[in-house]
Amino acid sequence: MLNYDVIVIGGGPAGLAAAISAKKQGANVLLIEREARLGGILKQCIHDGFGLLRFGEKLSGPEYAWRYVDEFHQRKIDFNVLTYVIGIEKLEHKYLIRVVNTKGVVEYTSKTIILATGCRERTSKQVFIHGTRPSGVFTAGTAQAYTNILGQLPTKKCVILGSGDIGLIMARRLTLEGAKVCGVYEAKAAPSGLTRNIMQCLNDFDIPLYLSHTVTRLYGEERLQAVEIMKVDESMVPIPGTEEIVECDSLILSVGLIPENELAESLHVRMDSKTKGPVCDDDFMTSEPGIFICGNALHVNDLVDYVSESGELAGKAAANYCYESKEFVSFKIGKDLLYFVPQQISISQVSKPATLYFRSSQVLKKAAVTIKVNGKQIFEKKYSYLKPPEMETIKLDMSQFHLVKEDTLTVEVKGEKV
Amino acid sequence: MKELVCIVCPNGCPMMIEDMGTSIKVSGNRCKRGEEFAVSEMKHPMRTICSTVKTNFPKVPVLPVRVSEEIPKDKIFDVMREINKVVVTKPISIGDVIIENVLGLNVNIIATSNILKE
Repeated sequence: MLNYDVIVIGGGPAGLAAAISAKKQGANVLLIEREARLGGILKQCIHDGFGLLRFGEKLSGPEYAWRYVDEFHQRKIDFNVLTYVIGIEKLEHKYLIRVVNTKGVVEYTSKTIILATGCRERTSKQVFIHGTRPSGVFTAGTAQAYTNILGQLPTKKCVILGSGDIGLIMARRLTLEGAKVCGVYEAKAAPSGLTRNIMQCLNDFDIPLYLSHTVTRLYGEERLQAVEIMKVDESMVPIPGTEEIVECDSLILSVGLIPENELAESLHVRMDSKTKGPVCDDDFMTSEPGIFICGNALHVNDLVDYVSESGELAGKAAANYCYESKEFVSFKIGKDLLYFVPQQISISQVSKPATLYFRSSQVLKKAAVTIKVNGKQIFEKKYSYLKPPEMETIKLDMSQFHLVKEDTLTVEVKGEKV
Repeated sequence: MKELVCIVCPNGCPMMIEDMGTSIKVSGNRCKRGEEFAVSEMKHPMRTICSTVKTNFPKVPVLPVRVSEEIPKDKIFDVMREINKVVVTKPISIGDVIIENVLGLNVNIIATSNILKE
């Protein structure tokens, strides 16, 4: 049975960065990917805007992926594609990973595992819509795969529900290919995608955005023929009398992403109900020693640059992991934060900048994030705006505060509500 | 006075633009690129476009492409028509030129994936 220092599960941007980074530290690394090609979802994200932070260039998804795939191959890192992990067992100081592929069932052992399993789209099953169940209801990612990988336009006239970034990107993409996008309907009062995507994907093409509106009913037997739209109140409950019928052959859903953590859950790692990903420390290690997490499996990022960064940090930490039992201080996370990652900081005398990620739970103007130890402020950063769709990061060397286990560590955001 | 959100980078600065006749005054931008974007947006808005071209490889029916530089916003659909005329018949590499100097705009259409080489 082959034994590794680090096994990375997932060959998207997080997994590629993690594997490269662990290999650079001298670790013996294997990457496992279930699809035929490395690169993850970037393979179908043919639009540009990736890599502005990491490379200072506006790359398309496949170009961004290629930078990492190319380096991955140059470093001669072991990998298995078309391979599915069917189980992980904990042994003493290592893990047994059972996979299935064309060779049958294969087992590996590894000192550490990095979960880089990405996230999944919410589907129509997770959105409550009345009516028939015709074909023509897709997630934005499925519509993207049809258009950009298979070269098949899945719609001639569609309605998009949800203003997530993939939905906005697909509104532009389908319009460029000649489809009619009747509108993007968002149940919340504010868009969930980045402002720049509202500008360049909707406004540029005169595609209307309807806030506080949702799809309430589907019509059609074989294929979707129309949807019913209603206005919703502040609690997102449809307002009677506002029904409107929009004819279309497709409904495209961009209603959110959820970290994919079946494997993490099978290992009983502690989960965070806010991020829907595992709880981790500043080394990206979960509550199970030797199990690391990165990218969108940890929390849904809005830029791939951050996904790669977390993979890189997790890869380095996993390669240097040596069974030491660590003590932690957990953050008490203020209610105006949608989430905060990492949820705990390891107590260490070694100077090392921690990378902290957060989102505010609502739009705040003249905002600030503050970190306090036992009620005393140790850090503050000001922002002209904080918006839930736009994740913020902080680099902070936590060792300088000489934390002890009994300390109370709090993080809060404050600002004027808009 | 015109309000505009910068689309150059993910910061998405909210900018105010004032046309002073001979010059354009920009505020709210956190960097030089924001000012350049605002001025260009007022005078001659430019955009990049990304799409796919057909191939005759059955396992890879389409290949992703993009413009090598920004093009005028009002040429987007003209350039799309040119992109949709192409059928790739050779296994080309990432960065290879697919249409040279498309519509005389001094911009190339380039491949953005190495999938035909993998």
